[in-house]
Amino acid sequence: MTTDAATIENVDRDPLTMDELAKVIARDIPEGSFVNLGIGQPTKIADHLTAEQGVILHTENGMLGMGRKAEGDEIDADLTNAGKVPVIETPGCSYFHHADSFAMMRGGHLDVCVLGAFQVAANGDLANWSTGKPGDIPAVGGAMDLAIGAKDVFVMMSLFAKDGSPKLVEACTMPLTGVACVSRVYTDHAVFDITPDGVRVRETYGISLADLRERMTIDLQ
Amino acid sequence: MGRTAILDSTDEAVAGIEDGSTVLVGGFGLAGMPFDLIDALIRQGAKDLTIVANNAGNGEVGLAALLKAGRVRKVLCSFPRQVDSYVFDELYRAGKIELEVVPQGNLAERMRAAGAGIGAFFCPTAVGTPLAEGKEARTIDGRDYVLEYPIKGDYALIAAHTADRQGNLVYRKTARNFGPVMATAASTTIVQVADVVPTGDLDPEAIVTPSIYVDRVVQVEARHYTVQGAR
Repeated sequence: MTTDAATIENVDRDPLTMDELAKVIARDIPEGSFVNLGIGQPTKIADHLTAEQGVILHTENGMLGMGRKAEGDEIDADLTNAGKVPVIETPGCSYFHHADSFAMMRGGHLDVCVLGAFQVAANGDLANWSTGKPGDIPAVGGAMDLAIGAKDVFVMMSLFAKDGSPKLVEACTMPLTGVACVSRVYTDHAVFDITPDGVRVRETYGISLADLRERMTIDLQ
Repeated sequence: MGRTAILDSTDEAVAGIEDGSTVLVGGFGLAGMPFDLIDALIRQGAKDLTIVANNAGNGEVGLAALLKAGRVRKVLCSFPRQVDSYVFDELYRAGKIELEVVPQGNLAERMRAAGAGIGAFFCPTAVGTPLAEGKEARTIDGRDYVLEYPIKGDYALIAAHTADRQGNLVYRKTARNFGPVMATAASTTIVQVADVVPTGDLDPEAIVTPSIYVDRVVQVEARHYTVQGAR
């Protein structure tokens, strides 16, 4: 492990698996935060949060203090997460209706939200709800509300698309979910901070900062 | 509307819903979906309906069954596309149904506004996205907003857990979701519950929807439906 201008480079290893990435994100979530984990990969982060962290999970379908996935007899059709997967209660949990749930999001009361993404722009623009392909049935769910709601919006995604092109780009080509809303981007190859001065690399995995610069089309601080 | 009517059948509960009505339908996926009221609405026959709901139906039950019966002209929802939304998907691709996609929080807040007598409100959600195109914008204290209008229903069909005979409601877990907001936003709110108890038996501190918002209540047998796996 070497350090270059405050970037931690982990070169002698593979890029992170999605599960390892979930663990990295879980480690970075501040103690006692109120957190919403988006549908898909971000739900894995919950498996790595520790009891000592005291993180309280919000699910937009009306609950704070959401617990893990329900198993066997615990399954109750009236208790699901935003992905409609049955979950369990935790001590101190609470229920509320949809307008309250989104008011607490929009009102800036949530500390962190972690979302998946198709693309993120260097200024923090987020595209994660529609590929923009003709014929796709548009469906947004709570993505736009989450994007502008939490104090910190983290993205969890693979850094490169299947064709090898980076998904952290100068400007999104897909329809936007929110403008300049992302503060940090967690990927298999590197973690990036979106700052007013540009994109800063916090840490790399299985790639040097120099090689990362080669593969990216944006300037990295 | 006066006193809440406690009715004996779902058919009585949905009587009088006119063709062309806007109907708010509760539920998030299957949780909180008023299956029995929707089945009754299918029997009742009202058509050319505009449906406001979070999703556009799952499998072939509930809202999906109503769509399949060809009674719906337009759907306002946040998330129509799901693993088991094939009934909606086919109608949409065949051009047989209109769709307005609304961010989930806006869907809830626009109904809240309707129920609270708010004429319109400036909201930061969707600013700079395709869903804000054509909407009036304003910058307030340095933040950008778009103007959102209320969504009012002619009818709301919702599911709660327990009603008292006066029409006060309590819900169960995340099946609460859109129910309390929809109850306020419709001219006539129709509720299916698993249990009706004598007035006074519900803890006043625990009542979520006060009876002022509730017009008709019908008790139905608890339905044990299968929950979806991971999406």
